[in-house]
Amino acid sequence: MMRLISKNRWTMGLFVVLALLFVVTKIIQPDFGASGVESLARASLPFAFATAAMAVVVIAGGIDLSVASMMAVASVTAAVLMQGASDAMAIPIVILVLVIGVIMGAINGALIVITKVPDIVVTLAMLFVWEGVALLILNAPGGAAADWLEALIVGGTGLLGIPKALIVLAVCVLVVWIPLRRSRLGLSIYAIGSDENAAFRSGIAVGRTRIIAYAICGLFAAMGGLSLTMSTGIGEPIPGPYLLASVAAVVLGGVVLGGGKGGLIGPIVAVFILRLVRMDLTLMSVDPNVTTIVEGTIMVAVVMLGGVLAIRSARS
Amino acid sequence: MTTLAPDTTFLKRLGRFMRDNPVIPLILLLIVLIGILEFMRPGIVNERWLGNTVKFAIPLAMLAACQTLTMLTGGIDLSAGIVATITSFVMATLVPVYGPTGAILLSLIPAILMGLANGIGVAFARVHPLIMTLGTGLIGTGCLQVYQRFVIATGSEVPEFLAWLGTGRTWGFPNALVLFIPFAILILWGQRRTGFGRLLYALGSNERAAKLSGVRAWQVYMALYVLSALIAGIAGLLYVGLIKAPSLSLANPLMLPSIAAAVVGGTSIFGGRGGYAGTIVGALILTVLGTLLTLLQMPEGARRILFGLIILFVTALYVRLTDQR
Amino acid sequence: MNEANSAPAVLDAQGVAKRFGAVSALTDASLTVRAGEVVALMGANGAGKSTFVKILTGALRPDGGHVRIKGRDSTVGNPADARKSGLVPIYQEPSLIPDLDVADNLRLGNTPVEPFLRWVEELGIEGLRLDDMIGDLPLATLRILDLARALAVEPDVLLLDEMTAALPTNLVEQVLRVVRQQADAGRSVIFISHRFAEIAQLCDRATILRDGGTVADLPIEPGIEEKIVELMLGAALERGHIVTSEGQPAHATGRTPRLAVSGLSSGPKLRDVGFDLFPGEVLGVVALEGQGQDELFDVLSGFRRADGGTVRIDGQEASFRHPADAIAKGLTYVPGNRAEALLMERSVRENIALPLLARIRHWGPIRMRDEAARVGEAIDKLQIDTRAQGEVQRLSGGNQQKVTIGRWIATGVETLLLFDPTRGIDVRTKRQIYPLVRELAERGAAILYYTSELDEVQLACDRAIVIFNGRVVDVVDAAHADEQTLMRAAYGLTEQDRAEAVS
Repeated sequence: MMRLISKNRWTMGLFVVLALLFVVTKIIQPDFGASGVESLARASLPFAFATAAMAVVVIAGGIDLSVASMMAVASVTAAVLMQGASDAMAIPIVILVLVIGVIMGAINGALIVITKVPDIVVTLAMLFVWEGVALLILNAPGGAAADWLEALIVGGTGLLGIPKALIVLAVCVLVVWIPLRRSRLGLSIYAIGSDENAAFRSGIAVGRTRIIAYAICGLFAAMGGLSLTMSTGIGEPIPGPYLLASVAAVVLGGVVLGGGKGGLIGPIVAVFILRLVRMDLTLMSVDPNVTTIVEGTIMVAVVMLGGVLAIRSARS
Repeated sequence: MTTLAPDTTFLKRLGRFMRDNPVIPLILLLIVLIGILEFMRPGIVNERWLGNTVKFAIPLAMLAACQTLTMLTGGIDLSAGIVATITSFVMATLVPVYGPTGAILLSLIPAILMGLANGIGVAFARVHPLIMTLGTGLIGTGCLQVYQRFVIATGSEVPEFLAWLGTGRTWGFPNALVLFIPFAILILWGQRRTGFGRLLYALGSNERAAKLSGVRAWQVYMALYVLSALIAGIAGLLYVGLIKAPSLSLANPLMLPSIAAAVVGGTSIFGGRGGYAGTIVGALILTVLGTLLTLLQMPEGARRILFGLIILFVTALYVRLTDQR
Repeated sequence: MNEANSAPAVLDAQGVAKRFGAVSALTDASLTVRAGEVVALMGANGAGKSTFVKILTGALRPDGGHVRIKGRDSTVGNPADARKSGLVPIYQEPSLIPDLDVADNLRLGNTPVEPFLRWVEELGIEGLRLDDMIGDLPLATLRILDLARALAVEPDVLLLDEMTAALPTNLVEQVLRVVRQQADAGRSVIFISHRFAEIAQLCDRATILRDGGTVADLPIEPGIEEKIVELMLGAALERGHIVTSEGQPAHATGRTPRLAVSGLSSGPKLRDVGFDLFPGEVLGVVALEGQGQDELFDVLSGFRRADGGTVRIDGQEASFRHPADAIAKGLTYVPGNRAEALLMERSVRENIALPLLARIRHWGPIRMRDEAARVGEAIDKLQIDTRAQGEVQRLSGGNQQKVTIGRWIATGVETLLLFDPTRGIDVRTKRQIYPLVRELAERGAAILYYTSELDEVQLACDRAIVIFNGRVVDVVDAAHADEQTLMRAAYGLTEQDRAEAVS
């Protein structure tokens, strides 16, 4: 009972921190408003998808180090295909990219299940493989994105000025997550992360569930890659710093490394917190490189905190 | 329980032989690769080519030492390449101010700091080494960029001595061997004949058994990650002597091959097995393979895929061979 | 009770066999359960009970024999199929997912909610909410929920593995009542327990396993306990030479004990254990599985912190944060599971020399000749077969065990904590280990010796303490420690007698 409250308390706490950060931002930059929120939402989009992708596999008791590389593959595939294609063609392209994401994730999962090599090693190797694939598709930033896709995440909506990017994020995540979370499959994902033995004894097909979790991770990674292409208008074969950022956001968002706990809302709020910290530092005209250091330090500190908490909970 | 019962399958026997003498098949593989190279481009394999290959293999082999030592405990050091870059860059920019000796000594300080950070994360917070070293690497890169903005005016210089060490030859042998041979002997001796070396194997083989024998793991991890960073720093200094142009991404391309060299060299990524001898041959194999891929005009992307697949394949093979149940 | 049950067998397992590598865990196990029956499945440690349960529940596939449920062959490879065929097990560890709430767990197992809640109430759990997280509920409640979940799907055969072990008395009564009702309503139950009182109250028949085979199938009647104990032990096997020391026993000399433990508690299982261990003495520890002996050894070896009580070494109070602390005080530990103690991929030499290198000041160059001498001495003393020097995992179990003991002989033994050192090793090696233990004691070592094989107490120990339910229930001199006495004490029967004598 206590943990039910405290688990919600963690997410609530994150919302409070986010609100406080908005206040701080407003103090630093008095004219911070709808446009500021809009650019924050847009900048957060790829991070949020990367984090959602990571969260699913971490909940299932795994980790996927190839998230950023899969995003790169999705990004360049979309950019290359959309170059010169008509606006209407963009829809099948988007669908194709999402399917590719699912396939990449499923390959990761299947390799883990079949080879019995630990997830961390398999996905490390696949990090290089997907990176290589992205480079083969496009060896320098380039390509294009359909205009309407770019417009999809730029600007606000008429509705209270909520940024479009936020709506896109919410729709994409919820469409996948809500039906999943309450379904038997979703519960199985939590179950294998929580206690693999108990899950096996309860009659869950552990291997199949794991592959599906990785496939969903691939799907979110593909969305992340698409959002990258949408916001920059080009494809970027070299993966950005999404791997560590996603691990940090997942940990900060209350998903315990080791599995079974947490959801997607906490980690996504954590993404906004981390992004907003960066934005504030920029607003205070801190050197962007210093910002990178601060950000990296926060992430490492969060991961270390997660480690210490895991040791604590294992002891009690 | 496995007994002394004779193994029947060829695969098992091969696996056992490979495990007991990993260096022999590796050397064979190396010779085969050189043969292919000679076949593709007759005359390419000469004294000069050999010297060059060794010259480029040495910094790789040194960075792969970081991976080998950390992998013996079941870890990995993804910050090694960045540590090497930072050390070389800091050194080159400090030379105009402090002279070569002072610059070299000062440049190793950031390396030690990063090693300490890795050690603390791995030993006390029990963060997986992969995540921890990735994180410190990211912070290190940021710090380097900030540092670069401050020193942009002072200019940089690679000391004569390092250039001699990195590129020079004496009687046809690369001068880098002056550094590398004692280094390799030290590691090869240290991994078997010192208490510290043995504990690396022990922790990687069975941390609980080591604990039961009174080993305090955190001490070993702290020392290991500092040592790894120091080796990476020295490798960076040697590499900048070879490339002669310090940059913000100097040693980063060596990162992936350094892991592959250790894995190919027979060191288990799960810990407890392997050693530096295989890694040295592994580094040579990857250097020759690199030449081969360049000859084939293999694009960078295909290379990465190949490296990734090598790591995956070798580890999967290893799991198969050792899974005796 | 319906002894003359002639209903057809609901579950019928015959001639079930299973080998793990060279070890035969089961040779010829059989079990028949008819409708409306509660059958106790009994066997001493190592009789093959847990393997048999795994096969019955589909977690393992047998090598031979058959398992039929309602006439259909049911030698399946996974628990889900066994469930479908009508056998629902309740394992010792709850199979509920700790990070999901009750409702989600029910959904995951396709359990109907209404009957589940009815059973929960029937079993005496109050105030359960469907949104309670499993991980927050006490173990006793979880076991009840597991049972309720099983009952809700109305299984033909219910298998209860040590169902009552972690339950408070009032819940035990509820469980026994409900289980009996199930049987009376025509269902079948397999009941595994260490507690004779419950078996007498609940079961119709008992099937007894020994050495991997079924040796008897008897109806439960008053006074059957002694017979069952006898059957579980089997005919007295050929005895080894009983080596008990001559002269005055070490514990009667009035000296300071090497190791004095009192009121030690840790976790839910180790409640209140105290004893004195003197130099030159081998003190046996006898307990059924899971009575707190694991925690006792973990605390003494520095792997676990005590919740209460004191440990004195040579009269000085000590507490350990790390095994290194215990080793510094001379407490060295040989765990029961050799995989826990050995560097499987490393050589015999590296394994034995490991404690010599543990401290920072020994991190430098190894004096190879010195090390070779010390390791060689330990190898000679233990007669370790070193033909397979390369990797310890290629040694036989017996030789592996010698290596773990040899590790401490190379450093010099003060207090040795041996946890079931002869588990799963061959007779010849066993016969080498007993004299070795005696010899170490004669040279002044103090040895705490947990064993799951009761005859070892007389072969190796001076005295033995018996632990039941986390407490020392008896101290027996080796001279009187025949298997019968120990078995009775380990099952809490001696204590029961005393309680009855007092009342």
